Amino acid sequence: MDFKSIPEDELFLPGNVACQGCPSSLGLRIALKALGRNTVLLVVASCTSVLQGSYPFSAIDVPLINVAFATGGASASGVAAGIKVLKNRGEISKEPTVLVWAGDGGTYDIGIQSLSGAAEREENFIYLCYNNEMYSNTGTQRSGATPLGAWTTTTPAGKAQQRKDIAQIMIAHRIPYVATVSLAYPLDFYTKILKAKNKEGTRYIELLAPCPPGWKFPSSKLIQVSRMAVQSGMWLLYEHEDGETRFNAVTKRIIDGKVRKRPVKDYLEMQGRFSKVLSSEEGKEAEQRLEDEVSESIRRLKGWVPEYT
Amino acid sequence: MRVLETGNHLIALVARAVGVEVVSAYPITPQTQIIEKIAEMISNGEMEAQYIPVESEHSACAALVSASLTGARAFSATSAHGLAYMHEMLHYAAGIRVPVVMANVNRAIGPGWNIWCDHQDSISQRDTGWLQVYISSHQEAVDTLIQAYRITENYDVMLPLMLNLDAFVLSHTYMSADVPEREEVERFLPKYKPLWKLDTKLPVTHGSVVYPSEFSETRQSMEEGQENARDVIREVSREFESVFGRWHGDLVETYRMEDAEYAIVAMGTIASEARVTVERLREHGCNAGLLRVRFFRPFPKDEIASCLSGTKAVVVFDRDFSYGMSGALFTEVRSSLYSKSDVPVFNVIVGLGGRDVTYEQIEQISLLGFSNELDEVTWGDSHLTESHMVTFELLGKFRELYGLK
Ligand SMILES: Cc1ncc(C[n+]2csc(CCOP(=O)(O)OP(=O)(O)O)c2C)c(N)n1
Ligand SMILES: [Mg+2]
Repeated sequence: MDFKSIPEDELFLPGNVACQGCPSSLGLRIALKALGRNTVLLVVASCTSVLQGSYPFSAIDVPLINVAFATGGASASGVAAGIKVLKNRGEISKEPTVLVWAGDGGTYDIGIQSLSGAAEREENFIYLCYNNEMYSNTGTQRSGATPLGAWTTTTPAGKAQQRKDIAQIMIAHRIPYVATVSLAYPLDFYTKILKAKNKEGTRYIELLAPCPPGWKFPSSKLIQVSRMAVQSGMWLLYEHEDGETRFNAVTKRIIDGKVRKRPVKDYLEMQGRFSKVLSSEEGKEAEQRLEDEVSESIRRLKGWVPEYT
Repeated sequence: MRVLETGNHLIALVARAVGVEVVSAYPITPQTQIIEKIAEMISNGEMEAQYIPVESEHSACAALVSASLTGARAFSATSAHGLAYMHEMLHYAAGIRVPVVMANVNRAIGPGWNIWCDHQDSISQRDTGWLQVYISSHQEAVDTLIQAYRITENYDVMLPLMLNLDAFVLSHTYMSADVPEREEVERFLPKYKPLWKLDTKLPVTHGSVVYPSEFSETRQSMEEGQENARDVIREVSREFESVFGRWHGDLVETYRMEDAEYAIVAMGTIASEARVTVERLREHGCNAGLLRVRFFRPFPKDEIASCLSGTKAVVVFDRDFSYGMSGALFTEVRSSLYSKSDVPVFNVIVGLGGRDVTYEQIEQISLLGFSNELDEVTWGDSHLTESHMVTFELLGKFRELYGLK
């Protein structure tokens, strides 16, 4: 797999109204290239509902349904059932891939019930959560994905709680494929989408989506921030299938001891949203807790189980 | 095919007969038998449809909408809290213009928990853009579900339809009814030909951002769908009669209204009961008639005006209440008559939370109305019982305990 084998056909068109350096639009562009034209897209209420352009224009060149905030899993279930009907009627030969594109708010918070229900029913779709660790569309409020210490408008002093690990919750649903991806590792991202495309059932992929205005860094730094998230262990790249978790790309090299993990602090310092916390006494503690969170996540992903006493 | 079945099972049998292709639903008393029967028929291979056993009603309606947009004839059923839980998605279904049908078994909404009949659940969804029909008999439930897809799938309508049937009175009682076979139904209701369906060669975006400069027109177009539905309902009801030989009215059903001096207005099974009242009143020389509102949306304002304008008094029975005002049916009836007639209109609230409504009761209270002896709004069957007294006593004790004046 190399860059030259990625198709030139663009399904996410120019003329969209995304902010400069928007991670969702770049992610969508890569994902749609991997899935091709035989795809149905469902966009859950989020920035992506807006950035695609407004009526009567659309920057998305595949069939698209914009769905309500809490309904990613359920709406995909309806489309999956509808596709079976069309197939039984003989109106389609090759079943299209159903792709849900949802933010972290639509996934970790309001949409978790619908997603969990659909996954348990083994509905046939790919669910991609682009995680910008906050409600961006409504102006940067906290979500269940906001990390400890991060500023948002509803955590003005920095978030006092840790983020939840939704990918692990999805693995616990025993679905066929769970993977995490990063914009700094586009080939890994592209390959994982292709892999998901060739599986059946509910597949969950989560993309870390650093949001320049929300995280307070220059839009030109999107890829650097994305890369540092992985290098510092704050975003771990892995995939889970057939009951096993495999680390990928730099995450694997860090865990294998081939490269040194960068301190979480290096990542935090690139973003204005942590500036308050970094300059305070509690900030020191938050930084240490985030380092501990990284180690704990790695231990858990390696299959660590607490000893019985 | 003549069967002896509950209203719920009849709905399930008709869902099969009309060729529903996707069912997405979540259980709630008193709707459960509908979806259990459907699940059983699908599992036995007696019905060919995709069943989505969703984890909530909000999801039930979301999947209903997206299955329909994909191109399937879709159906759901719910009741009370389930319908309320769907509220956001009811707006979504109407706004995105999917021709889906949902049976709603009318039940009270708590607290306190109450599984019995009233119309508060569907009346609370009045302004979502759905067509609403209220059923008064088992056979009408069968026939209306067949008519429903013809109405909603009409390209000039394209609004979802809520078929309301009274909890227990219809849902759980057995009655003999004629359920047409699939082939018979197909002569009246052809296979679904969606106006739009999923087509990767013709990509379309649904439900994107609409700015103030375009939004109002989308809503006006929903209202055009409602207005177009009037004639479609009239035609479909007439055509149904010519094919199946059965008539349940169109937007309204009237009973002995031709020469009536006094009118009773009601929806659902109260209207069936009121027929008996009309008979008895007529025997005693009171020229009463009944106007049953069958479709609450679109509201039959012209029929109301032409039928009731010449009468001397009108009593409207509501099995719901719009707090701070009156029953919802009453408001609509009175506003349909405004500037067309000065006939006095009275509102009576009865049958909330499944309280029985009898023809004697309808008769007694209607007679008061016909002689102008009712208040504008009367709680027709409210009276305090021992249980309520216990609560008052307890409240008194709390006041004393906390020193509250
Ligand atoms: C039921 C409901 N509640 C609230 C909203 C308002 N709302 C729209 S998008 C959004 C936040 C989305 O956050 P996320 O899913 O993380 O996507 P992002 O905006 O960050 O891309 C909110 C709160 C809504 N559309 N629907
Ligand atoms: Mg977000």
